[in-house]
Amino acid sequence: MRGMESNSRRITLFFSFTGIAIVLLAGLSACIGSVNLPLDVVVKTLLGSSDVDPVMRQIMVDFRLPRIVTALLAGAALGTAGLLMQTVFRNPLADPFVLGVNSGASLGVAIVLLALAPAGISLTAGLGASGQLLIILASSAGAGATLFVVLILSRRVDIMSVLIIGLMISYTIGAIVSILMFFSMAERLQSFINWSFGDYGNVSWMHMRLFAPAVLCGLLLSSLFIKPLDALLLGEPYARSVGTRVKRTRFLVLMAASLLAGAVTGFCGPIGFLGIAAPHLSRYLCRSSSHRILIPASIGIGALLSLASDFVARGPGLDVVLPLNAITALVGAPIIIAALVKQRNMQRLFG
Amino acid sequence: MDATLTPALTALSTQGLAIGYDHGDSARCIASGLDLTLPAGEFVCLLGPNGTGKSTLIRSLSGMQAPLAGDILLAGQDFRSIPPRQRARLVSVVLTDALPMGMMDAYAMVALGRHPYSGWFGSMGPADHARIEWSLEAVGARDLARRQVSELSDGERQKVSIARALAQATKVMLLDEPTAFLDLPRRVELMRILRDLAHSEGLALLLSTHDLDLALRFADRLWVLNADGQLIQGYPEAIAMSGEFAQVFETENLDWDPSSGSFRAHPIPCLHAKVVGEGIPALWTKRALERLGFGLTEDANAAAVSIEIENENQWRVTRGEQQHEFASITEMIEWLLASKWKR
Repeated sequence: MRGMESNSRRITLFFSFTGIAIVLLAGLSACIGSVNLPLDVVVKTLLGSSDVDPVMRQIMVDFRLPRIVTALLAGAALGTAGLLMQTVFRNPLADPFVLGVNSGASLGVAIVLLALAPAGISLTAGLGASGQLLIILASSAGAGATLFVVLILSRRVDIMSVLIIGLMISYTIGAIVSILMFFSMAERLQSFINWSFGDYGNVSWMHMRLFAPAVLCGLLLSSLFIKPLDALLLGEPYARSVGTRVKRTRFLVLMAASLLAGAVTGFCGPIGFLGIAAPHLSRYLCRSSSHRILIPASIGIGALLSLASDFVARGPGLDVVLPLNAITALVGAPIIIAALVKQRNMQRLFG
Repeated sequence: MDATLTPALTALSTQGLAIGYDHGDSARCIASGLDLTLPAGEFVCLLGPNGTGKSTLIRSLSGMQAPLAGDILLAGQDFRSIPPRQRARLVSVVLTDALPMGMMDAYAMVALGRHPYSGWFGSMGPADHARIEWSLEAVGARDLARRQVSELSDGERQKVSIARALAQATKVMLLDEPTAFLDLPRRVELMRILRDLAHSEGLALLLSTHDLDLALRFADRLWVLNADGQLIQGYPEAIAMSGEFAQVFETENLDWDPSSGSFRAHPIPCLHAKVVGEGIPALWTKRALERLGFGLTEDANAAAVSIEIENENQWRVTRGEQQHEFASITEMIEWLLASKWKR
């Protein structure tokens, strides 16, 4: 089978390493935190044993576990969404948010936190369970509305114009958010800024019932487009010439990517960088362009980076929680730079 | 001329085809009323000055661009009624800007040509792999299979592009200036490969090019598109003799020379030279004079200089009263350059 993948050993190695690293890091994240849990408590809780201190059990089940699952799902979603966007736009700088999903979500949240709340609607007092849900609804609605507008506009123009339209809409929405912020009180502003830092800790099991299916749906949808995505690597004219229905593919792939990105932003706030880093690392480490390899690879490496960032953000041994968004960039950027410096010829790879 | 065209098997044909760009409110028509036939097993070269719409025609025939009017028939079927996957089994294209994104080796790129045959997730069987291997072999790119496409030279990448189209196993292959960035040996090699493939595989092969000379030597048939949007079809020799080339390509600075089958630059000469002599030295002496801006004349009185070539070691140059002898063409050219000439 000379034809399949000449570098199948490298790919096997990559997936084994990523898998093991995820398991180890997940274990570490479960044990270490504001309260350290012994490993046997973690294992026993997972196995459903009743022979565990109820407090520790509760920490594990209600806080650590959903957080780890959220981190894994969010990383997988952003990695895949980034890959899809980079392929569809044939642009190495494309990320999951090029269509304005992020800014749309931030507008939704800004309206709830900055505009509605001061107008006497006390929705978010203490950010209780219902308050949190409202923010999720607001950001999902914002993301969905923006996406709707961009996708409608994008049906009439070429792919480069879609990129620019997405960018322009992001700027426009960003401007509206700035104006809202300008007229807001400091304490309201603080809660908005906190949201914009991103956090995996807000997804409870109740939210998970929505979040997990949304992400899994997006991933499933993406995996249906492995072949047309491969064809798009040569550009739209070529894709068409080998029988790809380009417009339909483009639309559905953008939908899938935006569903993934929108779900993450809705539930966890804007998480930058993972979406751009994971696909690049996947290509670099697997030496492949086939989406049959790159989609699972981006899922794996995205989940791993996401978990690692969350682990660092919670500052093991410190008493603070750092902004997740800052950590993803701090963890991700040097990795990308190292890969680029070693690879040197990005320009040629992306024509 | 159409009477001479009686193809045994038509792979692709058009009826009243009009090509151009439709901008909604205003359409720009480049050529219209095109009744074309592309016969199976023939290598056809599409020639025409820049901007006459060679690329537009290729794009229209391949379905990348909708025609303004008329029909395209593929194996007797209306192009538009064929679903994309079936169409991709009938027509393949090679464009110049074929750079894949990301890390892709030549084998993976050629494998994209199997898309019209492979399953939903792109899974391929032994027959697919055999076809890919054969395609790489056919263009002489077997050794390139494991190289990254981004690291190939222009010529190598063009071969891989053609292998990708071959892997598609189509009846018709359309190529838009595949030789544009290649040096002469690579261009000749590619033309030879393509002509042989057309003949051996029964492929209907249409290639647009600027390279008149190679097109005349290799093509089974020529399509010449002129600036008025008319297309002349015929055998290369017939078109070369008929003077239609001259009409299509001649400009103020360029003359069609039917005796050599090529174009000649002609800056209007102020000075004339007479050359006496035969063989290769005389030929290149004339070329040197033309290059330096002299016109050639037989009339010794009109000539500012006359050059007699005794043999390849002796040039005798007469200019008015002066006479010089040179032992090589280099010395003669240097003297011509060093001398002062009244314009």
